[in-house]
Amino acid sequence: MTRTLWHSTVGKKAVMAVSGLIMLAYLVVHMFGNLKIFFGPDTFDAYAHWLRTIGEPFMHYEWTLWVVRVVLVAAVVAHATAAYQLSRRDLRARPDRYVHRRPRASYATRTMRWGGVILGLFLVWHLLDLTTGTVHAGFRPGHPYENVVATFSTWYGNAVYLLAMLALGLHVRHGFWSAAQTLGAGSRTRDRLLVTLANLLALVLTLGFIAVPVGVMTGLVS
Amino acid sequence: MRLTLRVWRQKNAGADGAMSTYEVDGISPDMSFLEMLDTLNEELILKGEDPVAFDHDCREGICGACSLVINGDAHGPERTTTCQLHMRSFEDGDTIDVEPWRAAAFPVVKDLVVDRSAFDRIIQAGGYITAPTGSAPEAHATPVPKPDADAAFEHAECIGCGACVAACPNGAAMLFTSAKVNHLGVLPQGAPERESRVLDMVAQMDAEGFGGCTLAGECATACPKGIPLFSITRMNREFVRAARKAR
Repeated sequence: MTRTLWHSTVGKKAVMAVSGLIMLAYLVVHMFGNLKIFFGPDTFDAYAHWLRTIGEPFMHYEWTLWVVRVVLVAAVVAHATAAYQLSRRDLRARPDRYVHRRPRASYATRTMRWGGVILGLFLVWHLLDLTTGTVHAGFRPGHPYENVVATFSTWYGNAVYLLAMLALGLHVRHGFWSAAQTLGAGSRTRDRLLVTLANLLALVLTLGFIAVPVGVMTGLVS
Repeated sequence: MRLTLRVWRQKNAGADGAMSTYEVDGISPDMSFLEMLDTLNEELILKGEDPVAFDHDCREGICGACSLVINGDAHGPERTTTCQLHMRSFEDGDTIDVEPWRAAAFPVVKDLVVDRSAFDRIIQAGGYITAPTGSAPEAHATPVPKPDADAAFEHAECIGCGACVAACPNGAAMLFTSAKVNHLGVLPQGAPERESRVLDMVAQMDAEGFGGCTLAGECATACPKGIPLFSITRMNREFVRAARKAR
Protein backbone atom coordinates (compact mmCIF):
# COMPACT_ATOMS: atom_id res chain seq x y z
CA MET A 1 0.00 0.00 0.00
CA THR A 2 2.82 2.39 0.90
CA ARG A 3 4.48 1.64 -2.44
CA THR A 4 1.26 2.22 -4.36
CA LEU A 5 0.80 5.54 -2.62
CA TRP A 6 4.35 6.86 -2.83
CA HIS A 7 4.80 5.85 -6.48
CA SER A 8 1.75 7.68 -7.79
CA THR A 9 1.02 11.39 -8.11
CA VAL A 10 -2.28 10.95 -6.29
CA GLY A 11 -0.74 9.00 -3.41
CA LYS A 12 2.15 11.42 -3.03
CA LYS A 13 -0.35 14.24 -2.72
CA ALA A 14 -2.09 12.24 0.02
CA VAL A 15 1.25 12.08 1.87
CA MET A 16 1.55 15.84 1.47
CA ALA A 17 -1.99 16.33 2.75
CA VAL A 18 -1.51 14.21 5.86
CA SER A 19 1.92 15.69 6.73
CA GLY A 20 0.54 19.17 6.09
CA LEU A 21 -2.39 18.58 8.41
CA ILE A 22 -0.03 17.31 11.14
CA MET A 23 2.02 20.51 10.85
CA LEU A 24 -1.13 22.60 10.75
CA ALA A 25 -2.44 21.03 13.96
CA TYR A 26 0.91 21.74 15.62
CA LEU A 27 0.81 25.36 14.44
CA VAL A 28 -2.59 25.96 16.01
CA VAL A 29 -1.29 24.69 19.37
CA HIS A 30 1.96 26.63 18.92
CA MET A 31 0.04 29.85 18.25
CA PHE A 32 -2.08 29.54 21.39
CA GLY A 33 1.07 28.86 23.41
CA ASN A 34 2.75 31.95 21.97
CA LEU A 35 -0.09 34.20 23.07
CA LYS A 36 0.82 33.49 26.71
CA ILE A 37 3.57 36.04 26.20
CA PHE A 38 0.95 38.75 26.85
CA PHE A 39 0.60 37.51 30.45
CA GLY A 40 4.16 38.33 31.45
CA PRO A 41 7.54 36.60 31.68
CA ASP A 42 6.61 34.33 34.61
CA THR A 43 3.57 32.81 32.88
CA PHE A 44 5.39 32.42 29.56
CA ASP A 45 8.56 30.90 30.98
CA ALA A 46 6.59 28.58 33.25
CA TYR A 47 4.52 27.47 30.24
CA ALA A 48 7.72 26.82 28.28
CA HIS A 49 9.03 24.73 31.14
CA TRP A 50 5.75 22.82 31.43
CA LEU A 51 6.07 21.78 27.77
CA ARG A 52 9.08 19.72 28.82
CA THR A 53 7.18 17.97 31.59
CA ILE A 54 4.11 16.86 29.58
CA GLY A 55 3.19 13.26 30.28
CA GLU A 56 5.11 12.95 33.55
CA PRO A 57 5.48 10.70 35.41
CA PHE A 58 4.78 8.23 32.58
CA MET A 59 7.04 10.14 30.23
CA HIS A 60 10.43 11.26 31.44
CA TYR A 61 11.41 14.96 31.36
CA GLU A 62 11.41 16.22 27.70
CA TRP A 63 10.36 12.83 26.26
CA THR A 64 7.00 14.06 24.97
CA LEU A 65 8.69 17.10 23.50
CA TRP A 66 11.12 14.88 21.61
CA VAL A 67 8.32 12.64 20.32
CA VAL A 68 6.61 15.76 18.97
CA ARG A 69 9.86 16.93 17.41
CA VAL A 70 10.49 13.61 15.69
CA VAL A 71 6.93 13.53 14.28
CA LEU A 72 7.28 17.12 13.05
CA VAL A 73 10.65 16.51 11.38
CA ALA A 74 9.22 13.43 9.68
CA ALA A 75 6.24 15.51 8.50
CA VAL A 76 8.46 18.30 7.17
CA VAL A 77 10.75 15.86 5.34
CA ALA A 78 7.84 13.90 3.82
CA HIS A 79 6.03 17.11 2.81
CA ALA A 80 9.10 18.73 1.25
CA THR A 81 10.31 15.59 -0.54
CA ALA A 82 6.90 14.91 -2.06
CA ALA A 83 6.53 18.59 -3.01
CA TYR A 84 9.93 18.63 -4.69
CA GLN A 85 9.32 15.44 -6.63
CA LEU A 86 5.81 16.44 -7.70
CA SER A 87 6.94 19.93 -8.72
CA ARG A 88 9.73 18.50 -10.87
CA ARG A 89 7.20 16.24 -12.51
CA ASP A 90 4.69 19.08 -13.03
CA LEU A 91 7.28 21.29 -14.70
CA ARG A 92 8.34 18.44 -16.99
CA ALA A 93 4.71 17.76 -17.91
CA ARG A 94 4.29 21.29 -19.29
CA PRO A 95 7.57 22.13 -21.03
CA ASP A 96 6.16 24.66 -23.53
CA ARG A 97 4.45 27.80 -22.34
CA TYR A 98 1.59 29.43 -24.15
CA VAL A 99 2.53 32.50 -26.17
CA HIS A 100 -0.68 34.18 -25.03
CA ARG A 101 -0.16 34.21 -21.29
CA ARG A 102 -2.57 34.96 -18.53
CA PRO A 103 -2.32 34.34 -14.78
CA ARG A 104 -3.59 30.87 -13.93
CA ALA A 105 -5.31 30.07 -10.64
CA SER A 106 -5.42 32.27 -7.53
CA TYR A 107 -2.46 34.06 -5.94
CA ALA A 108 -2.39 31.61 -3.01
CA THR A 109 -2.31 28.67 -5.45
CA ARG A 110 0.46 30.13 -7.59
CA THR A 111 2.66 30.91 -4.59
CA MET A 112 2.47 27.44 -3.00
CA ARG A 113 5.91 26.33 -4.22
CA TRP A 114 7.95 29.44 -3.49
CA GLY A 115 5.88 30.05 -0.37
CA GLY A 116 6.82 26.58 0.80
CA VAL A 117 10.51 27.27 0.17
CA ILE A 118 10.26 30.54 2.13
CA LEU A 119 8.58 28.69 5.01
CA GLY A 120 11.30 26.02 4.97
CA LEU A 121 14.07 28.63 5.14
CA PHE A 122 12.19 30.48 7.87
CA LEU A 123 11.90 27.26 9.86
CA VAL A 124 15.69 26.81 9.83
CA TRP A 125 16.25 30.40 10.97
CA HIS A 126 13.49 30.17 13.57
CA LEU A 127 15.02 27.05 15.18
CA LEU A 128 18.56 28.49 15.13
CA ASP A 129 17.19 31.73 16.59
CA LEU A 130 14.83 30.63 19.37
CA THR A 131 15.46 26.91 20.00
CA THR A 132 19.23 26.48 19.77
CA GLY A 133 20.14 30.18 19.88
CA THR A 134 22.94 29.65 17.34
CA VAL A 135 22.23 32.86 15.43
CA HIS A 136 20.93 34.71 18.46
CA ALA A 137 23.46 37.04 20.12
CA GLY A 138 23.08 36.86 23.91
CA PHE A 139 20.71 33.85 23.83
CA ARG A 140 19.76 32.66 27.33
CA PRO A 141 18.57 29.03 27.48
CA GLY A 142 15.54 28.61 29.73
CA HIS A 143 14.49 32.26 29.34
CA PRO A 144 12.24 32.21 26.28
CA TYR A 145 10.44 35.46 27.15
CA GLU A 146 13.68 37.42 27.13
CA ASN A 147 14.85 35.72 23.92
CA VAL A 148 11.58 36.44 22.10
CA VAL A 149 11.68 40.10 23.09
CA ALA A 150 15.31 40.31 21.95
CA THR A 151 14.49 38.81 18.53
CA PHE A 152 11.60 41.16 17.90
CA SER A 153 13.63 44.16 19.00
CA THR A 154 15.68 43.85 15.81
CA TRP A 155 14.36 45.07 12.46
CA TYR A 156 15.47 41.92 10.62
CA GLY A 157 13.88 39.67 13.22
CA ASN A 158 10.56 41.41 12.63
CA ALA A 159 10.97 41.55 8.85
CA VAL A 160 11.77 37.84 8.49
CA TYR A 161 8.97 36.85 10.83
CA LEU A 162 6.27 39.03 9.25
CA LEU A 163 7.15 37.89 5.74
CA ALA A 164 7.11 34.25 6.80
CA MET A 165 3.74 34.60 8.53
CA LEU A 166 2.18 36.16 5.43
CA ALA A 167 3.59 33.25 3.41
CA LEU A 168 2.12 30.89 6.02
CA GLY A 169 -1.33 32.43 5.69
CA LEU A 170 -1.31 32.05 1.91
CA HIS A 171 0.07 28.51 2.14
CA VAL A 172 -2.58 27.42 4.66
CA ARG A 173 -5.35 29.08 2.70
CA HIS A 174 -4.81 26.91 -0.37
CA GLY A 175 -3.15 24.04 1.48
CA PHE A 176 -5.94 23.18 3.90
CA TRP A 177 -8.64 23.19 1.26
CA SER A 178 -6.39 21.21 -1.10
CA ALA A 179 -5.63 18.63 1.59
CA ALA A 180 -9.35 18.10 2.05
CA GLN A 181 -9.77 17.47 -1.69
CA THR A 182 -6.73 15.21 -1.85
CA LEU A 183 -8.01 13.07 1.00
CA GLY A 184 -11.41 12.96 -0.65
CA ALA A 185 -13.23 14.93 2.04
CA GLY A 186 -14.51 17.65 -0.29
CA SER A 187 -17.87 17.71 -1.98
CA ARG A 188 -20.27 20.18 -3.52
CA THR A 189 -22.28 20.53 -0.33
CA ARG A 190 -19.26 20.75 1.95
CA ASP A 191 -17.20 23.15 -0.13
CA ARG A 192 -18.37 26.37 1.49
CA LEU A 193 -17.56 25.01 4.91
CA LEU A 194 -14.07 23.91 3.80
CA VAL A 195 -13.29 27.21 2.08
CA THR A 196 -14.45 29.15 5.14
CA LEU A 197 -12.44 26.91 7.44
CA ALA A 198 -9.32 27.31 5.29
CA ASN A 199 -9.64 31.10 5.23
CA LEU A 200 -10.37 31.21 8.96
CA LEU A 201 -7.36 29.03 9.80
CA ALA A 202 -5.11 31.14 7.57
CA LEU A 203 -6.35 34.38 9.10
CA VAL A 204 -6.28 33.25 12.73
CA LEU A 205 -2.82 31.69 12.42
CA THR A 206 -1.31 34.70 10.68
CA LEU A 207 -2.84 37.22 13.09
CA GLY A 208 -2.11 35.08 16.12
CA PHE A 209 1.54 34.67 15.26
CA ILE A 210 2.00 38.28 14.16
CA ALA A 211 0.50 39.47 17.45
CA VAL A 212 3.77 38.61 19.22
CA PRO A 213 6.19 40.82 17.20
CA VAL A 214 3.52 43.53 17.05
CA GLY A 215 3.22 43.30 20.84
CA VAL A 216 6.97 43.78 21.21
CA MET A 217 7.06 46.61 18.66
CA THR A 218 4.23 48.49 20.36
CA GLY A 219 5.78 47.97 23.80
CA LEU A 220 2.92 45.79 25.09
CA VAL A 221 5.52 43.08 25.63
CA SER A 222 8.94 44.16 26.88
CA MET B 1 -15.56 41.25 -39.45
CA ARG B 2 -11.90 41.82 -40.08
CA LEU B 3 -9.50 39.92 -37.82
CA THR B 4 -5.80 39.46 -37.27
CA LEU B 5 -4.89 35.88 -36.43
CA ARG B 6 -1.64 34.79 -34.86
CA VAL B 7 -1.50 31.04 -35.40
CA TRP B 8 1.05 28.47 -34.23
CA ARG B 9 2.66 26.93 -37.30
CA GLN B 10 4.85 23.85 -36.98
CA LYS B 11 5.73 21.64 -39.96
CA ASN B 12 5.96 18.38 -38.03
CA ALA B 13 6.64 16.92 -34.61
CA GLY B 14 10.39 17.41 -34.92
CA ALA B 15 10.39 20.93 -36.40
CA ASP B 16 10.54 24.19 -34.46
CA GLY B 17 7.29 26.11 -34.49
CA ALA B 18 6.45 29.79 -34.38
CA MET B 19 3.45 32.09 -34.40
CA SER B 20 2.50 33.34 -37.90
CA THR B 21 0.27 36.35 -38.48
CA TYR B 22 -2.63 36.27 -40.96
CA GLU B 23 -5.33 38.78 -41.84
CA VAL B 24 -8.84 37.49 -42.56
CA ASP B 25 -11.70 39.60 -43.85
CA GLY B 26 -15.40 39.10 -44.48
CA ILE B 27 -15.94 36.97 -41.39
CA SER B 28 -19.59 36.70 -40.34
CA PRO B 29 -20.34 36.85 -36.59
CA ASP B 30 -22.50 33.75 -37.11
CA MET B 31 -19.57 31.65 -38.28
CA SER B 32 -18.11 29.15 -35.88
CA PHE B 33 -14.45 29.51 -35.00
CA LEU B 34 -13.64 26.49 -37.17
CA GLU B 35 -15.52 27.98 -40.15
CA MET B 36 -13.43 31.10 -39.71
CA LEU B 37 -10.30 28.91 -39.89
CA ASP B 38 -11.77 27.19 -42.99
CA THR B 39 -12.04 30.64 -44.59
CA LEU B 40 -8.40 31.30 -43.76
CA ASN B 41 -7.37 27.92 -45.18
CA GLU B 42 -9.27 28.51 -48.45
CA GLU B 43 -7.30 31.71 -48.90
CA LEU B 44 -4.04 29.98 -48.06
CA ILE B 45 -4.75 27.16 -50.54
CA LEU B 46 -5.60 29.66 -53.29
CA LYS B 47 -2.32 31.40 -52.61
CA GLY B 48 -0.53 28.06 -52.84
CA GLU B 49 0.43 28.02 -49.17
CA ASP B 50 0.15 25.16 -46.70
CA PRO B 51 -3.24 25.33 -44.92
CA VAL B 52 -3.34 25.40 -41.13
CA ALA B 53 -3.82 21.88 -39.75
CA PHE B 54 -6.37 21.57 -36.94
CA ASP B 55 -8.46 18.74 -35.51
CA HIS B 56 -12.23 18.69 -36.01
CA ASP B 57 -14.92 16.13 -36.61
CA CYS B 58 -18.58 16.39 -35.65
CA ARG B 59 -18.67 20.19 -35.27
CA GLU B 60 -21.65 19.66 -32.95
CA GLY B 61 -19.78 19.80 -29.67
CA ILE B 62 -20.12 16.09 -28.89
CA CYS B 63 -17.07 14.31 -30.32
CA GLY B 64 -14.16 15.96 -28.54
CA ALA B 65 -11.96 16.32 -31.62
CA CYS B 66 -11.55 20.08 -31.74
CA SER B 67 -8.77 21.44 -29.61
CA LEU B 68 -7.51 24.99 -29.78
CA VAL B 69 -6.17 27.34 -27.17
CA ILE B 70 -7.65 30.70 -28.15
CA ASN B 71 -6.24 33.78 -26.46
CA GLY B 72 -4.82 31.57 -23.72
CA ASP B 73 -8.10 29.75 -23.02
CA ALA B 74 -8.75 26.14 -24.00
CA HIS B 75 -11.70 26.26 -26.45
CA GLY B 76 -11.68 30.06 -26.23
CA PRO B 77 -13.63 32.57 -24.15
CA GLU B 78 -16.97 30.71 -23.94
CA ARG B 79 -17.55 27.55 -21.97
CA THR B 80 -18.02 25.29 -24.95
CA THR B 81 -16.04 23.43 -27.59
CA THR B 82 -14.17 25.37 -30.28
CA CYS B 83 -16.65 24.16 -32.91
CA GLN B 84 -19.53 25.67 -30.93
CA LEU B 85 -17.68 28.94 -30.35
CA HIS B 86 -19.01 31.63 -32.65
CA MET B 87 -17.27 34.69 -33.99
CA ARG B 88 -19.83 36.93 -32.25
CA SER B 89 -17.76 36.27 -29.13
CA PHE B 90 -15.08 38.49 -30.69
CA GLU B 91 -15.00 42.12 -31.80
CA ASP B 92 -14.29 43.41 -35.29
CA GLY B 93 -10.59 44.22 -35.53
CA ASP B 94 -9.52 41.82 -32.78
CA THR B 95 -6.18 40.06 -32.76
CA ILE B 96 -6.69 36.42 -31.84
CA ASP B 97 -3.93 34.04 -30.72
CA VAL B 98 -4.48 30.39 -31.68
CA GLU B 99 -2.22 27.73 -30.18
CA PRO B 100 -2.26 23.95 -29.79
CA TRP B 101 -2.85 22.10 -26.49
CA ARG B 102 0.40 22.30 -24.54
CA ALA B 103 1.52 19.28 -22.53
CA ALA B 104 4.45 16.88 -22.68
CA ALA B 105 1.98 13.99 -23.01
CA PHE B 106 0.28 15.72 -25.98
CA PRO B 107 3.10 16.21 -28.52
CA VAL B 108 2.33 18.48 -31.49
CA VAL B 109 1.85 16.52 -34.71
CA LYS B 110 1.49 19.51 -36.99
CA ASP B 111 0.42 23.14 -36.49
CA LEU B 112 -2.55 22.95 -34.10
CA VAL B 113 -2.93 19.15 -34.10
CA VAL B 114 -1.67 17.27 -31.07
CA ASP B 115 -1.43 13.54 -30.41
CA ARG B 116 -3.97 12.66 -27.70
CA SER B 117 -3.50 8.90 -27.85
CA ALA B 118 -2.31 9.05 -24.21
CA PHE B 119 -6.01 9.38 -23.31
CA ASP B 120 -6.80 6.20 -25.26
CA ARG B 121 -4.17 4.32 -23.29
CA ILE B 122 -5.61 5.59 -20.00
CA ILE B 123 -9.00 4.23 -21.09
CA GLN B 124 -7.41 0.94 -22.13
CA ALA B 125 -5.93 0.65 -18.64
CA GLY B 126 -9.35 0.41 -17.00
CA GLY B 127 -12.03 2.64 -18.49
CA TYR B 128 -14.39 -0.23 -19.24
CA ILE B 129 -16.39 -3.00 -17.56
CA THR B 130 -15.48 -6.66 -17.99
CA ALA B 131 -19.04 -7.99 -17.93
CA PRO B 132 -19.99 -9.44 -21.31
CA THR B 133 -22.33 -7.04 -23.05
CA GLY B 134 -24.61 -7.68 -25.93
CA SER B 135 -28.11 -6.57 -26.62
CA ALA B 136 -29.50 -4.10 -24.08
CA PRO B 137 -30.47 -5.90 -20.84
CA GLU B 138 -33.86 -5.55 -19.20
CA ALA B 139 -33.78 -2.07 -17.66
CA HIS B 140 -35.02 -3.12 -14.22
CA ALA B 141 -32.73 -6.14 -13.85
CA THR B 142 -30.08 -4.01 -12.12
CA PRO B 143 -31.60 -1.24 -10.00
CA VAL B 144 -29.54 1.97 -10.01
CA PRO B 145 -30.43 4.65 -7.45
CA LYS B 146 -31.34 7.92 -9.14
CA PRO B 147 -28.54 9.97 -7.47
CA ASP B 148 -25.98 7.38 -8.67
CA ALA B 149 -27.38 7.44 -12.17
CA ASP B 150 -27.19 11.24 -12.16
CA ALA B 151 -23.61 11.21 -10.89
CA ALA B 152 -22.58 8.63 -13.48
CA PHE B 153 -24.18 10.67 -16.22
CA GLU B 154 -22.51 13.87 -15.10
CA HIS B 155 -19.11 12.20 -15.42
CA ALA B 156 -20.06 10.34 -18.59
CA GLU B 157 -20.46 13.70 -20.31
CA CYS B 158 -16.66 13.91 -20.68
CA ILE B 159 -15.82 13.86 -24.40
CA GLY B 160 -12.10 13.40 -23.86
CA CYS B 161 -11.11 16.58 -25.71
CA GLY B 162 -8.15 17.29 -23.40
CA ALA B 163 -9.06 20.90 -22.55
CA CYS B 164 -8.43 20.05 -18.88
CA VAL B 165 -4.84 19.07 -19.67
CA ALA B 166 -4.34 22.14 -21.85
CA ALA B 167 -5.64 24.47 -19.14
CA CYS B 168 -3.79 22.83 -16.23
CA PRO B 169 -0.57 24.65 -15.23
CA ASN B 170 0.91 21.19 -14.53
CA GLY B 171 -0.33 19.49 -17.69
CA ALA B 172 -2.29 17.05 -15.52
CA ALA B 173 -4.98 14.68 -16.77
CA MET B 174 -6.71 14.37 -13.43
CA LEU B 175 -10.11 15.70 -14.51
CA PHE B 176 -10.28 13.42 -17.53
CA THR B 177 -9.18 10.36 -15.58
CA SER B 178 -11.47 11.12 -12.66
CA ALA B 179 -14.46 11.58 -14.96
CA LYS B 180 -13.86 8.12 -16.43
CA VAL B 181 -13.15 6.50 -13.06
CA ASN B 182 -16.27 7.96 -11.45
CA HIS B 183 -18.55 7.40 -14.42
CA LEU B 184 -18.13 3.61 -14.11
CA GLY B 185 -17.28 3.51 -10.42
CA VAL B 186 -20.66 4.72 -9.16
CA LEU B 187 -22.65 2.18 -11.20
CA PRO B 188 -23.29 -1.42 -10.12
CA GLN B 189 -22.08 -2.59 -13.54
CA GLY B 190 -18.68 -1.07 -12.82
CA ALA B 191 -18.39 -2.38 -9.27
CA PRO B 192 -16.31 -5.56 -9.88
CA GLU B 193 -13.36 -3.50 -11.15
CA ARG B 194 -13.87 -0.60 -8.77
CA GLU B 195 -10.42 -0.91 -7.15
CA SER B 196 -8.31 -2.10 -10.09
CA ARG B 197 -9.84 0.53 -12.36
CA VAL B 198 -8.72 3.54 -10.36
CA LEU B 199 -5.29 2.08 -9.58
CA ASP B 200 -4.58 1.07 -13.19
CA MET B 201 -5.90 4.27 -14.75
CA VAL B 202 -3.94 6.50 -12.37
CA ALA B 203 -0.81 4.40 -12.97
CA GLN B 204 -1.24 4.80 -16.73
CA MET B 205 -1.91 8.53 -16.34
CA ASP B 206 1.39 8.86 -14.46
CA ALA B 207 3.23 6.67 -16.97
CA GLU B 208 2.12 8.93 -19.82
CA GLY B 209 3.99 11.85 -18.27
CA PHE B 210 1.04 13.95 -17.17
CA GLY B 211 1.66 16.22 -14.17
CA GLY B 212 0.05 16.05 -10.75
CA CYS B 213 -2.91 17.96 -9.35
CA THR B 214 -2.36 21.16 -7.38
CA LEU B 215 -6.08 21.97 -7.20
CA ALA B 216 -5.64 25.10 -9.29
CA GLY B 217 -9.15 24.52 -10.65
CA GLU B 218 -8.29 25.61 -14.20
CA CYS B 219 -9.39 22.27 -15.67
CA ALA B 220 -12.96 22.47 -14.42
CA THR B 221 -13.21 26.07 -15.63
CA ALA B 222 -12.07 25.09 -19.11
CA CYS B 223 -14.10 21.87 -19.40
CA PRO B 224 -16.75 22.35 -22.13
CA LYS B 225 -18.89 19.66 -20.51
CA GLY B 226 -18.81 21.05 -16.99
CA ILE B 227 -17.13 18.09 -15.28
CA PRO B 228 -16.85 19.40 -11.71
CA LEU B 229 -13.57 19.79 -9.82
CA PHE B 230 -15.02 17.52 -7.13
CA SER B 231 -14.72 14.72 -9.62
CA ILE B 232 -11.00 14.79 -8.77
CA THR B 233 -11.78 14.76 -5.04
CA ARG B 234 -13.91 11.69 -5.56
CA MET B 235 -11.17 9.91 -7.53
CA ASN B 236 -8.63 10.75 -4.80
CA ARG B 237 -10.95 9.12 -2.27
CA GLU B 238 -11.38 6.07 -4.50
CA PHE B 239 -7.63 5.83 -5.04
CA VAL B 240 -6.72 5.84 -1.35
CA ARG B 241 -9.51 3.35 -0.66
CA ALA B 242 -8.29 1.06 -3.44
CA ALA B 243 -4.65 1.33 -2.35
CA ARG B 244 -5.71 0.26 1.14
CA LYS B 245 -7.64 -2.74 -0.16
CA ALA B 246 -5.10 -3.71 -2.81
CA ARG B 247 -3.97 -7.32 -2.63
